[in-house]
Amino acid sequence: MQLPDICRRMRRNILDMAFNSKTAHIGPSLCIVEILAVLYFRIMNIDPQDPEAPDRDRFLLSKGHAAAALYTTLALRGYFPEEELTKYCVDGGRFHGHPCRDAAPGIEFSSGSLGHGLSVAAGMALSLKGISKGVIFTLLGDGECNEGSVWEAATFAAKNRLNNLVAIIDVNRFQGFAATEDIDSLDLKKKWEAFGWTAFEVDGHDFVALEQVLNMAKQLDCPVVILANTISGKGIKAIENTLLAHYFVLDETVYQQTLREIYAE
Amino acid sequence: MRNDFVRQLMVEMERDENIYLLTGDLGFRAFEPVKERFPNRFVNAGVAEANMMGVAAGMALTGKKVVAYSIASFATMRCFEQIRSDICYHNLDVKIVGVGGGVNYAHQGVTHHTVEDLALMRVLPNMRVICPSYSWEAREATRVAIQDKGPVYLRFGKSPNVDYSQPDFDFKFGKGFVIKEGSDVALICTGNMLDITLAAAELIQQRIHKSVCVVSMPCIKPLDTEMIKGLSQRVEAIITIEEHSVIGGLGCAVGDVLLSCRLTKCIFEPIGFKDTFVHEVGCRDYLLACVGLDAEGITRRVVEVCKDSGASL
Repeated sequence: MQLPDICRRMRRNILDMAFNSKTAHIGPSLCIVEILAVLYFRIMNIDPQDPEAPDRDRFLLSKGHAAAALYTTLALRGYFPEEELTKYCVDGGRFHGHPCRDAAPGIEFSSGSLGHGLSVAAGMALSLKGISKGVIFTLLGDGECNEGSVWEAATFAAKNRLNNLVAIIDVNRFQGFAATEDIDSLDLKKKWEAFGWTAFEVDGHDFVALEQVLNMAKQLDCPVVILANTISGKGIKAIENTLLAHYFVLDETVYQQTLREIYAE
Repeated sequence: MRNDFVRQLMVEMERDENIYLLTGDLGFRAFEPVKERFPNRFVNAGVAEANMMGVAAGMALTGKKVVAYSIASFATMRCFEQIRSDICYHNLDVKIVGVGGGVNYAHQGVTHHTVEDLALMRVLPNMRVICPSYSWEAREATRVAIQDKGPVYLRFGKSPNVDYSQPDFDFKFGKGFVIKEGSDVALICTGNMLDITLAAAELIQQRIHKSVCVVSMPCIKPLDTEMIKGLSQRVEAIITIEEHSVIGGLGCAVGDVLLSCRLTKCIFEPIGFKDTFVHEVGCRDYLLACVGLDAEGITRRVVEVCKDSGASL
C-alpha cells in the first residue's frame, strides 16, 4: 500500500473504533495519522516478526489519548490482525483508550497521563546510546507541553546529548478546555531551542516533508524536536480545528458522511 | 544506614555491570566512591525527581537495573505518578531509595519529614516495601532488593549502631525477625524504631511485670502474615510501632491481617504519628518525644491500652 492508501485505511479504522465504542479522542487520533504512517512505514527500523529486536527503533506515544491511531498503525504494519481493532474500548476487549504495553507487541510504553513519555524516552535513549543503533521517537501533544516534567526531560536530554532521541510535537493548537495559545503564549519552537534542542517545523499532514525532516532528525548529533502542525479532527469536516474534536462522539450520519469523504479524496 | 546501603550497592554494582545509580542531586559524602568507581553508571539527574523516575523506567525498559535515590519525601511524593504509571504499571526493575524516612531530617521541618511514604508505596501494585532498622538489615535489604527483578521501595533512617542480627537470621521478602523473645505482649516495629522499642520493652516489663517480645518487621510489603497470625495466638496484645503515620503503614498492614483472621481476643494498638503535621522544632529524639514515640511515651501508651481493655495484664 502507498502512504495515502495507508492513511485512508487508518482513518477508516479510527472512525470504526470510535463509532463502535462510542468513545471520544477521535480528533487527536485523526490528526497524527500521517505522522505515524511515515514513522512506521518509511522511517523506523522495525520488524513486526521480531518486535523485541535490540537494535530496533522505538516509538512511545506520550499523548496516549490518541491510542486508536497507534493501534491501527500497528495492525496495518503487521504486529497483529486488523480484526483485533474491533476490541477497542468494548467490554471484554483488548485495547484501552490509552495504550497498555501488554495489550499487543509493538506497544513500547503504557501511557495516558501526560508529561511522562519524554522522560521515559530519554531514559531509553541514555541507556541505548552507543550500544544500539536504535533511535527513540516519542510523540507529544502541544497541550502536553504545559506539563513541567516535559521540561525537566528536555533539560536532561540536552545535557546528556541524547542524539538518539527525536521528539515530535503534534501542534494541533487545541487542548482540554482551551486553544493552546490561550494557556501558553510562548513560542513553542523558541522554547525548545532555548532548552538546547534542534527544532524543526513541518506540515504534519505532508508525507514528503515529514519523511525528509524525520530522516534528517535521525542523522543529527543532538536531540531533535519536530513541531508538526496538524489539524485536530482531520478528515471529519464538521469538527476540524475545533475544541469539540477532542470530545466528539460519532453518530451514524457523520460516520457515513465521513467515510464517503475519505474515499472520495 | 545510608553508608551500609552505599557499601552494599557498590558490592552489587561490582558484581553486575547492568546496575545504574540515578540520584536527584543528593549523596554528598556518600556517593563520591560510586561516582569515582563507576563513572558511566552514575547519573545525577538533577533536582527533577519526576523526570528521574521516568528516566529510570526508560532505562529499565531497555534491560537495565536502576537504583533511583533521593530524600524519602522527594523520592516518593513529587514523582508519585511516575512511580505508579511508569515503574509499577510496567513492573520494572527499579529500586527507589528514600533516605531520612520519618523525622530523621528533624530540624529541617515538615517538608523534609516523611511519615506518608510507606502508605503511598504500599498501595501500589507490584511494589515491595522495605524499611530496615539497623546495619545488617540495611545491607541485606539492599542486596535482596537489588537482586530482585521488580520495583522495590527502600526506606532508610539513621542506624542505632547496634548489631541485633543473629546467626540464624535469613533476610527475605516477607520475613520478620524476633529480636527479643517474650510471651505476653508483642511489640512489632519497623525502620529505625528498633532501639527505642527495645528500651520500651524493658520499661513495660518493669511496670506491668509481663514478658515482652520485640519483632523487627523490615518488610512492610509483603508482610510476614504467618508470624503475625502466630503471635496473635500466643500473646495478649500486639502493638505496632513505626516512625510513620498511623494511617496506611505497618499498623494498618498488621491490623488488616488481624482483622482478616477474625481475632477478637488479642488487643491491638498501632503507635505512630497521629493524623497531623509535626510543627514542633527540634532534633529527632525531641520530636519523637513530642508525639509519644520515645520509649517513655510508648510505654505509657501500652500500659494504658492494656488497662483500658481490661486484659489480664
